[in-house]
Amino acid sequence: MYQDTIAAIATAMSSSGIGIVRISGPEAFSIGEKIFRPKKTEKKIAEEPAYTLHYGTVWDGEILLDEALLLLMREPHSYTAEDTVEIDCHGGILVVKRVLEAAVKAGARLAEPGEFTKRAFLNGRLDLSQAEAVMDLIEAKNDLALRNSVSQLRGSVQKKIYEIREEILYQTAFIESALDDPEHISLDGYVERLKIIVEKLKAELKKLLLSGENGRILKEGIKTVIVGKPNVGKSSLLNVLVGEERAIVTEIAGTTRDILEEQIQLNGLSLNILDTAGIHFTEDVVEKIGVARAVENLDTADLVLYVVDASVSLTQEDEEIMERLAGRKAVAVLNKSDLDTVVTEEQIRERLSHPIVSISAKEEKGLEGLEAVIEDLFFQGEISFNDEIYITNMRQKRLLEEACGALGMVLESIENHMPEDFFTIDLMNAYGSLGRILGEEVEEDLVNEIFGKFCMGK
Amino acid sequence: MGGEYRESCDVVVVGAGHAGCEAALACARLGLETILFTVSVDSIALMPCNPNIGGTSKGHLVREVDALGGEMGKNIDKTFIQSKMLNLSKGPAVHSLRAQADKAEYSRSMRRTLENTEHLSIVQAEVAKILTEECALSDTISGENSVEEFLKENSGKKKIIGVRTYSGARYDAKAVILCTGTYLRARCIYGDVSNHTGPNGLQAADHLTDSLKELGIEMFRFKTGTPARIDKRSIDFSKMEEQPGDERVIPFSFTTDPESVQIPQVSCWLTYTNERTHEIIRENLDRSPLYSGVIEGTGPRYCPSIEDKVVKFAERNRHQVFIEPEGLYTNEMYVGGMSSSLPEDVQHAMYSSVAGLEHVKIVRNAYAIEYDCINPRQLKPTLEVRGIEGLFSAGQFNGSSGYEEAAAQGLVAGINAARKIFGRSQLLLDRSQAYIGVLIDDLVTKENREPYRMMTSRAEYRLLLRQDNADLRLTKIGYEMGLISKDRYEQLLEKERLIQKETRRVEHVNIGTGPKVQAFLERQESTPLKSGTTLVELIRRPELDYDLLAEIDSDRPELPYGVREQVNINIKYDGYIKRQQKQAEQFQKLEKKRIPENMDYDKVDSLRTEARQKLKEFRPVSIGQASRISGVSPADISVLLVYLESRRRSCGI
Repeated sequence: MYQDTIAAIATAMSSSGIGIVRISGPEAFSIGEKIFRPKKTEKKIAEEPAYTLHYGTVWDGEILLDEALLLLMREPHSYTAEDTVEIDCHGGILVVKRVLEAAVKAGARLAEPGEFTKRAFLNGRLDLSQAEAVMDLIEAKNDLALRNSVSQLRGSVQKKIYEIREEILYQTAFIESALDDPEHISLDGYVERLKIIVEKLKAELKKLLLSGENGRILKEGIKTVIVGKPNVGKSSLLNVLVGEERAIVTEIAGTTRDILEEQIQLNGLSLNILDTAGIHFTEDVVEKIGVARAVENLDTADLVLYVVDASVSLTQEDEEIMERLAGRKAVAVLNKSDLDTVVTEEQIRERLSHPIVSISAKEEKGLEGLEAVIEDLFFQGEISFNDEIYITNMRQKRLLEEACGALGMVLESIENHMPEDFFTIDLMNAYGSLGRILGEEVEEDLVNEIFGKFCMGK
Repeated sequence: MGGEYRESCDVVVVGAGHAGCEAALACARLGLETILFTVSVDSIALMPCNPNIGGTSKGHLVREVDALGGEMGKNIDKTFIQSKMLNLSKGPAVHSLRAQADKAEYSRSMRRTLENTEHLSIVQAEVAKILTEECALSDTISGENSVEEFLKENSGKKKIIGVRTYSGARYDAKAVILCTGTYLRARCIYGDVSNHTGPNGLQAADHLTDSLKELGIEMFRFKTGTPARIDKRSIDFSKMEEQPGDERVIPFSFTTDPESVQIPQVSCWLTYTNERTHEIIRENLDRSPLYSGVIEGTGPRYCPSIEDKVVKFAERNRHQVFIEPEGLYTNEMYVGGMSSSLPEDVQHAMYSSVAGLEHVKIVRNAYAIEYDCINPRQLKPTLEVRGIEGLFSAGQFNGSSGYEEAAAQGLVAGINAARKIFGRSQLLLDRSQAYIGVLIDDLVTKENREPYRMMTSRAEYRLLLRQDNADLRLTKIGYEMGLISKDRYEQLLEKERLIQKETRRVEHVNIGTGPKVQAFLERQESTPLKSGTTLVELIRRPELDYDLLAEIDSDRPELPYGVREQVNINIKYDGYIKRQQKQAEQFQKLEKKRIPENMDYDKVDSLRTEARQKLKEFRPVSIGQASRISGVSPADISVLLVYLESRRRSCGI
């Protein structure tokens, strides 16, 4: 029924150490063969019987990515009713992503959100009641549903894309009206103007793409908030965490100065860390606002790092913070272990059921322990974050690249002295790609998006 | 009533303008007994406004009509007095043919064609009533519906049985095609003068509107206008720029022998309005029936009167005025660009203020005309009126403007009426296939509140919809429809074959850096070659083309112009064409998702109320069409997609 083969990460990225990349479609076996080398047999994957599991290694060209298991399913006996292979990887999220990229390089198309489910549905694997469940879901969201991908974009990025798109539309409309009414709308000197405009728009898209590489474009990652009283070492903790060699540090523009946001990679985990103002009782209006923001962030975080100065006794403020941590994913961090400590892990354990780690941010001691605790939380599925985002990110990146490429074509046309009516073809392509990012283009792929809201990656 | 005259035929066409002529010819040529009604046999294929056929995007329509087996292209080839390919400085997508017609000859020639077409008869009478009966169960029941469902959907559905004329005669017919143009309750206005006539003082058709309203059809009132005609002898051409025709004329019809159209041509003339003209207009705006509110109809934004232009482009100190001959038989000249409904005295002052028209003698006044037309959202994209089986409509009656737009619709309505009678599938052209598709889709899907004019900007895929490839796009369809002869069809296949063969040959021709090549390039002001290249690469250079390169392409076969033209365009613009094709494919995906005619939108719970109302009103035939209805959001479209898919699944299809 479908001509192309799709691939995606089928497991939620938070649920376990194992990640599954699923490839479905007519080329599933041949793509599997290109990236997976079985250990024991020389047989082609396609020749193996259905429902067999194979041990081997996954490769991106000549680069070894991971040890893995490959599961083989034949149409119509798979979730999508198409030929399917699933590759179980062990090496953490980054590796799973790289396996997915290898599959894409080998000829698979990145699945749109929910596309496996869509195929299953269209191939007759879901019944009407399941389909109706999809309808209910849409009904609940209707207007919002398709905007969902937009909500994952940062406001500033979204605004920028809208602006660029508007500009493209304006230029297209100008060319079109000049073609229709040459008497009243002149194209004299227009090409030079257009060239400058398109170069500017293209540069802006490039900038977006570049920031996308650093994860700035999306609210990607686990929202992590560092809280605690003033001067317990919150900022020092942040600094040592981002100071790690492996960490990618980015300061995100547009965030308020009183809350600093950094992004770090931790063994394949992506953490967006917010350092907040110290929580304490105050009558100072400005400080009060800072405290209120800190509390607000605490309440919406995926993970809370509660920092305690172990060299000073707990106070009423600590009690209040700990109360707020009830039922939340949190780690209590006893800082300043290099000094004489008065607060013990036992003392905290009486009040909190969360994991507790002792560190010295100043001497950078105990950090491995903290990272291990966070990883444990993550791999035990205790932190959940939206695994749609990764795919959306790649999809949006691809669309941005398409738009960028289309604008490049416009510049090429200008360079080649093509008549103006040719420009609109590529201008409209750019317009369309950006529209798909914003969910403003109506197209057949929309069904993908609906199913994306219904069920993701499976 | 004692002695009623009664006659029976297959198809009745009401109106013998450009839509009516095409509709009647299509039906008769397909073998159906067809009667063409007109209020005046002398006004068949009348050109009551501009004396030309074609022009930007309209030329495309004429080519498409011709490719499908229509008459307009052939008729103008026989009767033109000047021809020009427009926009040659732009890309091939916007090249457009325009020919000045000898109006009287155009009209006479079309009449001759009609009169000599088998199965076609002309009757001079005013059709006053559309006759229908309730649909019988057996008429339209389709396989998958239950009887209950059918009854629910078809309650009140009617079916055409014929027409009655004002004088009482009854004509039984299986289909009726309404092409009433600007005649329905027509009123011509200038200043405070208002005549209840059709164009050119012809008799209006005052009775049909009521009959249509009785059938539940919603009507609009539109307005359009025409400039004055002036006496050639009173014009000072020395103050104007001459606008001659092309040296080498390209015919409209793909069947016309190009040699037969190389005839002596007549010039048009270009002059301009000036500040004085604009002053006269501004001073008298309060006397314009448009601005004083006498005219209620909505006028076309894209074909504005001179008073509209002066108001809209207030900063302009001049506007173009084209002086065009009305024919070889007459001294009357058409004043293009200066249509008006200002009073007689203002018209005289205004026209004579234009350079070269100082001593102008007006033969016929400019005037605005108001008329009834249908709200076209009641039409299917087949041009059949929803809810009345066998009633079709075309042309200005559908809210369009222009001869070419009318002819295109007339042809489609004619084909579909005939196919309906034969029980065959309807002809639907989509936006990626033809300007005709764009035209009809816009008419039936968008909420037009003014006469609709074709424009290149309306066609999203215009690089595919060129006037030069209309035959390659549509003649096969015309053949399937039965309006293209076997001969012509085979010629088309041969043309396709030659294009393919030559394109393939050219792709493999290597060009070395020999002195002959370099000398040639130098002469063409093209950069000399550093190393060998392919002929294709050279064709793609902006300053070169396929024909120019014949000199250094020694093995080139002798090929007709039409083939060479396609090879050149296909190679030169290959990348653009492919990208546009991709866009079109994306578009077609949604067009191919059909919505069943009996779709019950009340069953789709998740639709927003506004969308539900719009969908029930427009009843789109495809998801693609639905997505173009204003008020239907992307979210609504996805709801529909899922609903249709699940419905399809549950039906086990």
